[in-house]
Amino acid sequence: MPAAIRAEKLNKVFGDTRAVIDVSFEVQTGEVFVVMGLSGSGKSTLLRMLNGLLTPTSGTVYVDGVQLTGLKPRQLREIRKQKISMVFQHFALLPHRTVLENAAYGLEIRQVPKAERRARAYEALEMVGLSGWEDHLPTQLSGGMRQRVGLARALATGTNILLMDEAFSALDPLIRREMQDQLLELQARLAKTIVFITHDLNEAMRLGDRIAMMRDGRIVQIGTAEEILRNPANEYVAQFVQDVDRSRVLTAAAVMEEPVAVLDANAGVQQALRVMQERQVASAFVVSGDRRLVGVVRDEAVAEAVRNGADSLHRLMNPRDVVTVRPDTLVTNLLTPSAQSPVPLAVVTDDGRLRGVIPRVSLLAALGNGYHIEEVDAEEVTAEEVPS
Amino acid sequence: MSLVAAAQTPRLHLGALFEAIVDWMTANLGFFLDAIGLVVDQAVSYLAAFFAAPVIVVLAVIFGGFALAWRGWKVGLAAFVGSLALGYAAAAAHVAPQHVLALTFGIIGLALRGWAFGSFAFLAFLLIDAMGLWDPAMQTLALVLVASACAVALAVPLGIAAARYDVVSRVLRPVMDFMQTMPAFVYLIPAIFLWGVGTAPGAVATLIFAMAPGVRLTELGIRQVDPEVVEAGEAFGASPAKVLFRIQLPLALPTLMAGINQVIMLALSMVVIAGLVGAGGLGDSVYSAISRVQIGPGFEAGLAVVILAIYLDRLTAALTSRSAVVRAQAAAAR
Repeated sequence: MPAAIRAEKLNKVFGDTRAVIDVSFEVQTGEVFVVMGLSGSGKSTLLRMLNGLLTPTSGTVYVDGVQLTGLKPRQLREIRKQKISMVFQHFALLPHRTVLENAAYGLEIRQVPKAERRARAYEALEMVGLSGWEDHLPTQLSGGMRQRVGLARALATGTNILLMDEAFSALDPLIRREMQDQLLELQARLAKTIVFITHDLNEAMRLGDRIAMMRDGRIVQIGTAEEILRNPANEYVAQFVQDVDRSRVLTAAAVMEEPVAVLDANAGVQQALRVMQERQVASAFVVSGDRRLVGVVRDEAVAEAVRNGADSLHRLMNPRDVVTVRPDTLVTNLLTPSAQSPVPLAVVTDDGRLRGVIPRVSLLAALGNGYHIEEVDAEEVTAEEVPS
Repeated sequence: MSLVAAAQTPRLHLGALFEAIVDWMTANLGFFLDAIGLVVDQAVSYLAAFFAAPVIVVLAVIFGGFALAWRGWKVGLAAFVGSLALGYAAAAAHVAPQHVLALTFGIIGLALRGWAFGSFAFLAFLLIDAMGLWDPAMQTLALVLVASACAVALAVPLGIAAARYDVVSRVLRPVMDFMQTMPAFVYLIPAIFLWGVGTAPGAVATLIFAMAPGVRLTELGIRQVDPEVVEAGEAFGASPAKVLFRIQLPLALPTLMAGINQVIMLALSMVVIAGLVGAGGLGDSVYSAISRVQIGPGFEAGLAVVILAIYLDRLTAALTSRSAVVRAQAAAAR
């Protein structure tokens, strides 16, 4: 299957400004692809080339394998009707039409019969939680609700591709968060291909399966949130991700370490004590032959067992000592378990194998700054964050 | 020899050039101009004749049509039959046609604005009749409506073109300024040349003078439409025509209606001047009052013009406030 959207060496020049420079990427079907950049970075221009609202100065766009560049206006409109919907920053609703009529707008353009149009608009409004508001006018709704109408209008058309242009940027933070949750929820159900434009890095990291970082018309890095956080491609990206709430992006797998002391389930207490002394740790994880986690032993218990002449480790393991987390657990959800556990957290896969451990110290280090970058002028960063 | 005399600017005969243009038009566009004159003439005289002695069936069709558009076919049919019955009853009872029409104007006012305006309109039109100015007033009303309709029919497409293409806008702006600021009387001279004395030159001069605000406010209204909303239409695959008729024009409607209102008001001020070239109506009455220095008749004719102006102005304003966009704004304010 071809990529849902493929951009090849896109350039866009307005007068003497080069808005988009040599941009290439692919968006896979069912993926949320976030384009992240400050105002003036060219991200909105880029988005408008993906549905042909703007014609690239050079380069090519493919949608579902169909080349957009060079299509006649009529054919381009057909592609938009059949394949691509769009959600706008300031909602772009028709003020003189009811919520239902607005939601049905895309279908009206496609000349879907009235009854079917209404039914599908109703359904889309229900999906976004606006049932009961069909006969209101957009002006009677709050910002968040208006954008839900915008989203319903895009969903009602049933296109596979959704372009979202700073869709939540005009909303206040609480509502924005709610809308992000709703989008993720809908996406889990509908699996659309979404290209989402934002200047808010936290939003990008929350929503994006992959993120393209744009600066001055160029894409400087494409990767998952974690890749960008852990390996910023350059100083600019590093400075940018500085402020992000990493606890909501990084997962257990990203911050875990190789366990220092691992014992085989058949090991004796003497051996356990020796290993712990050698490695200078207060506890050791016990695994079976296929690396399945059996439990954890602590130095006091082992020392006492040695004194008492016991031999098996099995009775020394207190099931309450070991706290396991999954590799994809977000760091923010590790804090409480880590605080309550006397030993490092064990990162365990679904089939029970020990992948790594997270000592409290490395958790704190990950939250602070995993890598070293130069001082950033805090004022400069906040000044740049003003939305367009 | 003094310096002043030596430095005299050569006399440029721009007027002669213009005359040549008008001569050329008379010689070469005769058929076309005659056709325009004929159509305008006929339209005005038919409308004036209708206002002087309304045909009951036509009135009933108009009422029925409005009611149909407003409340559906049942109400429409009831209005049609009702006005037909009332009309024939009035004719049988020998009610004067101007009374029927005054009542009609009152009912239109009532439907669009309410009781106060409806009663005002009824009484005001009775007053016109009572001053003995019914026929000239209706002649003027017909002239204003025809000239305004033509002006709007030309102005709206021009305004749309100006909003879409900057070049058109740049070309039209000085032309509109010129048309609006040129002393209105000046239009009458070539108009007489082209069409002779009568209704047609008056209507055409009125049309040219009144058109500018229609073009300007149409352009402004369309340019003021939120570009994101227009983009939304395009993004969902709407054709340029659909964007224009379903998004731009409806959203520009309040401004556009303000333009139409201006056109009508300017037309009304111009038709009085057009009385000079024999366009008839209240302009004639005013003109003859001036030439005979008669204070009374002059005042009465002036008052009739004022009544027409108020009526048309409030009516277009009421139409504007009934447009969907304005109602949506009002709903938001509640």
